[in-house]
Amino acid sequence: MGKPHSSRETGIKWLLTLFALSSLLFLFVIFAFILAEGLPLFVKVGPGHIIFGMKWAPTKGHFGIFPMIVSSFMVTFGALVFGASLALACATYLSEYAGRKTKLFLKPALELLAGIPSVVYGFLGVVYIVPLIREYLGGPGFSILSTSLVLGIMILPTIISISFDALMSVPAGYREGSLAMGATKWQTVYRVVLPAARSGILASFILGMGRAIGETMAVIMVAGNALKIPTSLLDPLRTLTSNIALELAYATGDHRSALFSTGVVLLVIIMFLNLVANFWVKKRTAR
Amino acid sequence: MGQKLFGFLVLASLMVCSSCGFFGPTSHGKIIVAGSTSIMPFTEKLAEHFMVEKPETPVDVQGGGSSAGIQATINGTVTIGMSSRGLKGNEKGLNAIVICYDAIAIVVNPKNPIVDLTTEQVRDIYSGKISNWKQLGWIDRNISAVTREDGSGTRGAFEDLVMGKTFIDDAVMVQDSNGAVREVVGNDPYAIGYISLGIVDSRVKTIAVDGMSPSIKTVRDKSYGIVRPFLYLTSGSPGPQAQAFISFVLSSQGQTILSKEGLVPVNGQASF
Repeated sequence: MGKPHSSRETGIKWLLTLFALSSLLFLFVIFAFILAEGLPLFVKVGPGHIIFGMKWAPTKGHFGIFPMIVSSFMVTFGALVFGASLALACATYLSEYAGRKTKLFLKPALELLAGIPSVVYGFLGVVYIVPLIREYLGGPGFSILSTSLVLGIMILPTIISISFDALMSVPAGYREGSLAMGATKWQTVYRVVLPAARSGILASFILGMGRAIGETMAVIMVAGNALKIPTSLLDPLRTLTSNIALELAYATGDHRSALFSTGVVLLVIIMFLNLVANFWVKKRTAR
Repeated sequence: MGQKLFGFLVLASLMVCSSCGFFGPTSHGKIIVAGSTSIMPFTEKLAEHFMVEKPETPVDVQGGGSSAGIQATINGTVTIGMSSRGLKGNEKGLNAIVICYDAIAIVVNPKNPIVDLTTEQVRDIYSGKISNWKQLGWIDRNISAVTREDGSGTRGAFEDLVMGKTFIDDAVMVQDSNGAVREVVGNDPYAIGYISLGIVDSRVKTIAVDGMSPSIKTVRDKSYGIVRPFLYLTSGSPGPQAQAFISFVLSSQGQTILSKEGLVPVNGQASF
């Protein structure tokens, strides 16, 4: 190769370091860009009028996104109700009950679930879930219920894989000790393994929340996007993400800034969720 | 690899620039037409035909929305702006040419037996005053009204022509394109929506408003009320190339292309 070996090695090391740092750069650029576009409106109309404002009519000077913040949390909670229980059961089965062969088959299948594009989930929601709800439960079908169901399925892989890891990291000695004391398999799982993996499971729920609150395409397709805070499970709603995606195409001036302000609020919420999740994961590994 | 990263950075910065509304300077020998996304597909079609006849004058068609198109025309960053809404305030200084008319049809599901509504009833449905089909003489079922997102030209025209000073209720569902509204109304027996007449098909049923069904005939004789003009805008009188394109659009050949797309042709210029 001509060059001495060591200098080539150092060169590669520096190159890789540069690439590793570039991801930080992108994060910084995204932050700077969203803040630069979104903050001026906060200054202009006041953060209270945006965050707690009830009326969204950006072309007429109303920039309130409070209903969307509430709606975002509502569907996220709904998704957790459907998704978290199912995912936890699935992870528990995988780590405690499934044989090696079942595990080898089920794990990749679940990971495939994560690879399905969100527009496909949305499409299935529009074609099957929405008409079923409209037909049998009433309302327009586009609702918290349909959105929560779709999001609940979408967050399964996230919750399953992280809580699976948490359950697997519980030392085998815990299980053996419990069984040796005469506890049944289920008593061991319920009283010993699950509590021992608690912080990891909670972290998986939080990351699942982050996934649900950030989902856009599927939500636009099944939520109905009405601006009112929903008062029943069958009412349509609009989340923070879908607000941005719905209106960006035509937005100019203050309207456009208002969408970036929506992005700032979303960014803060997601950062907070990730911080909390990281905190829990750290607590677990530290123990 | 380093080059790849550099390329990506260039791409990213280009995206940043274009999202800031940077349309690029007007270069010589090229017409840039930008604005309303409602008019854009038709302008693209017209441009294709125009460039067959005058290959020396390339026409670059871009979207951005009516407001962006108007702003870009004022700034001089585009040759011709497109707007599917009327001009307001200082925008009125622009030279506006009506290239055709587009009717906004009120549509319901084909299963819905209602054939006729008054403008006032449509307004009451969207303001939330009428919320059940029973109030209009059908079954006891809530109306699922569908509107377009704030900022859309079609919504702007609907607000001007039907809603007047009344606000569209917050409980009304929102979809982000004519096609999406048609899809929802076509699937939901209890839905109502409004879409451009050009894209009405057998999946939805048009409703007569104040006794008049939307059609090319009723739009032309002005008996159907919910009609908006599609405008081309220039800052001052158009240059020779822009004039050639506008003349082509207003010629019988251009107008035939537009009417084949379900739009209502105009004859001659008008100011708006």
